[in-house]
Amino acid sequence: MADANGNLVEVTGVDKVFHRGSEDIHVLGGLCLKIPEGEFLALMGPSGSGKSTLLNLLAGLDRPTEGSVTISGERIDQLSERRLAGWRARHVGLVFQFYNLMPTLNAARNVELPLLLTHLSRTERKKHVEVALSVVGLNHRHGHYPRQLSGGEQQRVGIARAIVTDPTLLLCDEPTGDLDRKSSDEILDLLQALNQDQGKTIIMVTHDNDAAKRASRIVHMNKGKLTTDAAA
Amino acid sequence: MVAAMNWLAQVIAVTSFGIRTLPERRGAAAAAAFGIAGVVAVMVSVLSIAHGVNQTMDKSVSSRNAMVLRSGSDTEMTSGFSNDTAKIVAEAPGIARNEFGPLASPELFVVIDLIKSSSNSDANVPLRGIAQAAYEVRENFQIVEGRKFEWGRNEVIVGSAASREFSGLDVGKSILVGSEPWNIVGVFSTGGGVAEGEIWTDASVLQPAFRRGNFYQSVIVRLNSEDSFTEFKDSLTADPRVNVKVIRESEYYAGQTAILTAVITGLGSLIAVIMGLGAVFGALNTMYATVSARTREIATLRALGFKTSPVLISILMESLLLALIGGTLGGALAYFAFDGFEAATLNWSSFSQIAFSFRVSGSLLIQGIAFAALIGILGGLFPAIRAARLPVATALREL
Ligand SMILES: Nc1ncnc2c1ncn2[C@@H]1O[C@H](COP(=O)(O)OP(=O)(O)OP(=O)(O)O)[C@@H](O)[C@H]1O
Ligand SMILES: [Mg+2]
Repeated sequence: MADANGNLVEVTGVDKVFHRGSEDIHVLGGLCLKIPEGEFLALMGPSGSGKSTLLNLLAGLDRPTEGSVTISGERIDQLSERRLAGWRARHVGLVFQFYNLMPTLNAARNVELPLLLTHLSRTERKKHVEVALSVVGLNHRHGHYPRQLSGGEQQRVGIARAIVTDPTLLLCDEPTGDLDRKSSDEILDLLQALNQDQGKTIIMVTHDNDAAKRASRIVHMNKGKLTTDAAA
Repeated sequence: MVAAMNWLAQVIAVTSFGIRTLPERRGAAAAAAFGIAGVVAVMVSVLSIAHGVNQTMDKSVSSRNAMVLRSGSDTEMTSGFSNDTAKIVAEAPGIARNEFGPLASPELFVVIDLIKSSSNSDANVPLRGIAQAAYEVRENFQIVEGRKFEWGRNEVIVGSAASREFSGLDVGKSILVGSEPWNIVGVFSTGGGVAEGEIWTDASVLQPAFRRGNFYQSVIVRLNSEDSFTEFKDSLTADPRVNVKVIRESEYYAGQTAILTAVITGLGSLIAVIMGLGAVFGALNTMYATVSARTREIATLRALGFKTSPVLISILMESLLLALIGGTLGGALAYFAFDGFEAATLNWSSFSQIAFSFRVSGSLLIQGIAFAALIGILGGLFPAIRAARLPVATALREL
């Protein structure tokens, strides 16, 4: 649920400091970002600028050192480790650069995984899996294992897994980073369709200008700060 | 309820991924399982010795039998009294009778040197001089080959275990007792027990051969009933003419092997613990390797919202599974290699040999597998905790 100003995500004054031995690494400093519901945001910036770190904070995979992260009106930076796990299961769909599928599970089983964290019955789960796989156009490959699928197909299974629980937010860290142009375009078509037809709020980290152009807004990061903020 | 089902589904899902990926890690997994198999095999084999000795002792005794020794003696070897004492004992109340009189057998117990067939080494074998009543006192006595010895002649019968364990104890051959050869005329069984490791002859022939005069070392009696023991004991203890010790046969044999079985059990347990520690490190190693091999998978599951406990349990389960496979393998190895394996060991009380069989019993196998499970849990615990504590964001970026 978005706030009064229509913002689904509100990042305010966020610092993130990592400790490596005695060294403090300041990755994010005083970062503020608002994302309205239904936006497709592309996050760009040089390597090491803190894009993945920010995405992890939005995903509830990590907590800021300072500042607040509010999603759907909930301060997730204040949730315990345990509650965050439950929150992630309910609110975020994650798409990884290297797909992160379970090699021992077939496509349908991989997509079903997040549903094991819900209260859905086996038949309901099966139905959801079918819908998600047809959205990504892979229903006919449901029995195939990751090693039997191309990179693009594996990423589509990854996207099906991310959307099967109908999450509030879809977070993609370089989803096309490991794919050729053609497969990338298919994945981007898919993300765009999810955003435009189903109103999904998507945040995508990318190095690829063509990919970023598909988004409704591009945000540039450098050294832990937002630099430009341009509507696409 | 729903939450519990949901949690269980997570546990099952995460555990099954782990187990399905086991073939990819089969080398390390097999090494851990075989390590544990070795521990269990050794532990079960050693303990089966104590078990076998105990079982031999249990079979040696009838709860209706009592044994009379000289007061102050703990063994037949160190006991001794005159024929007069033996006669007074035989007349005591509580002893069962048949048509020939009381079922009391005054006996002589000496050891002779024979060659052990397995090792070709010298061993002391008990030679027991018995009286007529002895056959009735040992309720399961039976000739299995040849015949009984004849009273008053230099003839012996050998226990079935002794005839297998020692060379030259076949029917028709003879053994040297003192300086004379005595003929072996039969082989007997007592339905298991210590007696089967002994050689028996007529006490009154044995006495002069060992220059013992009219002298015995024990009287074995069969009581009217188990409850007659107190009556029998009290009357002899109170009798001023004799100075004897009365104990149940069961206590006597339990006492004989108490030290032996304690030493074997202690040794077996010590070996098991030392080897077990080694196996715990083996399992630890394997499971740490498993956790690092599965880091990507575990981190992904955690990122999707899986809780820590299913991850923890899955690693423990995997370790436990390897341990149980190893334990079962080790138990089976011990069983097929050693169950019923016959051997003889020194009876430390009489310095003679007790023939016994290794006994790999069901309870011992369960003990072995339980020990394996313990190794598995100990070996899996720290890796499981590491897996559960994996910082998700860091783990994901390392891949
Ligand atoms: N867990 C961590 N511990 C220590 N340092 C970290 C950790 N996570 C990130 N960093 C550091 O923070 C900085 C930003 O990392 P981040 O992954 O956010 O960059 P990025 O913008 O996603 O880069 P890339 O485009 O290469 O993926 C880097 O210097 C990185 O080394
Ligand atoms: Mg990154």
